Amino acid sequence: MSIFHDLVFDYTLRTVALGSAALGLTTGALGAFAVLRRQSLLGDAVSHAALPGIVLAFMLTGARTPLILVLGAALAGWAASLTVMLIVRTTRIKMDTALGLVLSVFFGLGLLLLSVIQRSAGAGQAGLDRFLFGQAATLVGDDLKTMAALGALVLLGLMLLWKEFKLLSFDPDFAGAVGLPVRALDITLTSLLVVAIVIGLQTVGVVLMSAMIVAPAAAARQWTDRLGKLVMLAGLFGAVSGLVGAVISSLVPRMPTGPTIILVVTAITLVSLLVAPNRGVISEWLRTQRRRRRILDDSVLAALYRLASQHPDPTTAPHNLEVVRTMTVGAGVRRTLRHLADRGLVQADPDGRWRLTAEGVTAGRAVVDHAEVSS
Amino acid sequence: MSAPQLEILAIAVLAAVGCSLVGVFLMLRRLAMLADAISHAILPGLVVAFFLTGNVSSPWLILAAAATGVLTVALVEMLSRSGRLKEDAAMGLVFPALFAVGIVLITRYAGNVHLDVDAVLLGELAFAPFDRLIIGGTDVGPRHLWVMGIITLLNLAVILTFFKELKLATFDAGLAASLGLAPAVIHYGLMTLVSITAVGAFDAVGLVLVVALMVGPAAAAYLLTDRLSVLLGVAALLGAVSAALGYALAIVLDASIAGSIAVGVGAVFTLVFLLAPNRGLLAVMTRRRRQRWEFAQTMLTIHLAQHEGSPDEDEESCIEHLHGKHVGWTARFTERVVALAVNRQLVTNDGRRLWLTSAGRQEAGRALAR
Repeated sequence: MSIFHDLVFDYTLRTVALGSAALGLTTGALGAFAVLRRQSLLGDAVSHAALPGIVLAFMLTGARTPLILVLGAALAGWAASLTVMLIVRTTRIKMDTALGLVLSVFFGLGLLLLSVIQRSAGAGQAGLDRFLFGQAATLVGDDLKTMAALGALVLLGLMLLWKEFKLLSFDPDFAGAVGLPVRALDITLTSLLVVAIVIGLQTVGVVLMSAMIVAPAAAARQWTDRLGKLVMLAGLFGAVSGLVGAVISSLVPRMPTGPTIILVVTAITLVSLLVAPNRGVISEWLRTQRRRRRILDDSVLAALYRLASQHPDPTTAPHNLEVVRTMTVGAGVRRTLRHLADRGLVQADPDGRWRLTAEGVTAGRAVVDHAEVSS
Repeated sequence: MSAPQLEILAIAVLAAVGCSLVGVFLMLRRLAMLADAISHAILPGLVVAFFLTGNVSSPWLILAAAATGVLTVALVEMLSRSGRLKEDAAMGLVFPALFAVGIVLITRYAGNVHLDVDAVLLGELAFAPFDRLIIGGTDVGPRHLWVMGIITLLNLAVILTFFKELKLATFDAGLAASLGLAPAVIHYGLMTLVSITAVGAFDAVGLVLVVALMVGPAAAAYLLTDRLSVLLGVAALLGAVSAALGYALAIVLDASIAGSIAVGVGAVFTLVFLLAPNRGLLAVMTRRRRQRWEFAQTMLTIHLAQHEGSPDEDEESCIEHLHGKHVGWTARFTERVVALAVNRQLVTNDGRRLWLTSAGRQEAGRALAR
C-alpha cells in the first residue's frame, strides 16, 4: 500500500496528516464542551474574528513565524469572545445577534487589513490569505511543532480543570453555589477553545473551522452519555477526520484539504446520527417497529384468548379471522397471526380458522390479566 | 466622485437597506446566525446552477441558491427537531458542510472560470460598474444595481404587505398560530426572502458583508427604539449610513470595499452601543451610578428615621458613626452621600449631627412602604 508508505516517508503528506490529526484531536475535545454548553456558534465567531489578529501580527512584526501569527489570532479571537460577552451582558441584544455582528465586523476588519498589506507589501506577505480557506499543503515542520505544543497545552489545561469544567457545563448555578469562580472558569474554557481554534486556522481556514468544533462532538454525542467518553470520542473522530481528509486530498487531484476534512467529519457525524445504538435513527426505527409488532401481537392474542376462554378447553376452540379482526386494533391481522404462529402461540386449522396452542393460552391469559390490572 | 464610484455607492446602499430590513426580523426571532449559515450554504446551489446554465448572471443562479438557503433552514430544523442535536449545533454542522461542498466543486471543476473562491467571499464590488445590464442594445446601468434594487423593493413590498402578520408571528407565535396565521408559512416565507436577499447581496458585495449588513444595523437600531416600524426604518437608515461611511473609508485607504463597509457597520454599531439614549453603555453606566447614590441617600434617611426619638438618636445621627460601624460606608462615601442629601433637603447638618427634614422623613417612609 503506497499510501501508508507515503504517510511514513513523504515529508509533506506526513506533516499535513499529522498536523490535521493534531488539530482534529484538540478541536474535537474542546468542541465537546462548546456543544454541551450550546456555544457551537461561538467557534464560528472566534475563528472568523481571528483574521484581523493574524494580519495585524504580521503587519506589526513583519514575520510569518507560526507562533506569532497564532498569538495574534488568539488575541483577536479572545477579544471577540469578550466583546460578545460584553454586548450580551450590557444590552438587550441576544447572543445570536452579538455573535453575527462580532463575527462579520472582525472578519471585515481582517479583509480590510489584508487588502491594505497586499497592496503595500508586495509579494512577501503572500500566504496570509491561506488562512481564509486553509492550505494544509503549506504546513511545514515549524507549524507542526507549534500546533502540537499548543494542542498539548490545551488538552493539559482541560485535564487539570476537568472536574471544574464538567460542573460548569452541566450545572453552572451549582458550581457557583459551591464556591467555584464561575466567571473565571468560563473565560478559561473559552480561552482554551480560542487556542484550539487558532491551531487549526492554517489547515482548514477560518470559514470552515466551526465544523471542526461542532461535528466531532455532535457525532460523539450520539454514542455516549458520559462526558469522559464524549470528549475522548470527539477527539478521536476529529483526529481521524483530519488524517483521512488529508490523505484523501493528497490522493485526489485538485481536492482542497480543508473542505475535504470538513466533508469527512460531516460524513462521520451523519453515519453516527444514523447507526449509533440507542440514539441513532435506525435503532430508534427498529425500536418503534418492535413496539408496534408487540402491540399488534398482544392485541390479537388477547382477542383470541377472550374468545377461547368462553369454551371449556381453550385450545380446541378455533375462530374465524374475521371475528378476530373485529376485536383488534390496527390492520394486518393475518400477518400478525402468522407471526404468532411462528412464535408457536397459535396454529391454523385446515379450514383456515385459528386456535391458540397451550403456550398461546398462557401468553394470552398473561396479556389479558395484565390489561385488566393496569386498567 | 466619479460615475463608477457613485454606482458602487448606490449598490452598496441598496444592499445595506435590503439586508437590514430582513435582518431586523432575523434578530427579533433570535435567528441572526442564520444570516451567516444561509449566506455560506447557498454556495453549492450557486455553483450547481452555474454548471447547469454556464452563465454567472443567469437569474436561475439566484433561484437555485435561494432554494439551497431554504433547504439549509429545513435541514437545521429537521436535525434539531429530531432531538439529537441542539439548534446551534445543527446550524454549526450544516452550513460548513454545504459550504465545503461548494468550495470542492469550485476548485475541482471551475478553477479557471469566473466563479472563484475569493470573489465569493470578498465580493467584487470594485468591478461592479463594469458589469452592465444591456436591454435592447441600451446600457441601463450596472447589473448589480438592478438586482439589488429589485430585491430591496421586493423586501419592502413583502414587509409592507404582511407587516401585521410578520409582527404578530415574530412577537407572539402562539397567538399567531391560534388566529390561523400559519407560523410555518410565515417562517419559511421569511427565510425565502432572507435567502434571496443573501444571494443577491452575496453576488454583489460578498458573503461577509451580507452577514454584517443583516445583523449590524438591526442590532444598532434595536438599542434606539421599541417600535417595530421605527426599528425597520432606523435599521435601513443606519445600514445606508454604514455603507456610505465604509465606502468612504475604502476610498481613503484604497482597501477592500466589502471589508471597509463591514468595519463601517462595526463603527456605527459601536457609536450607538456607547451613546444610545437609555440603552447605550454610557447611559446605562450613568443610570447605575445615579441609582447607587440615590439608594445610599434613601438608606441614610431610613437609618435616621429608625433612630428618631430613641435614646441613642444623638449618637446614631453623627456623621462619624455612620461610616464604619453602623452603615458600613467609607468616610469619603458618607461625606458625599450626606452632601447630596443636604443638597436635596432630605437632611440638615448642624455640624454636630444630622437632622431629618420632613421631606427626608417622607422619603424614608415611602421607601419602607414599598
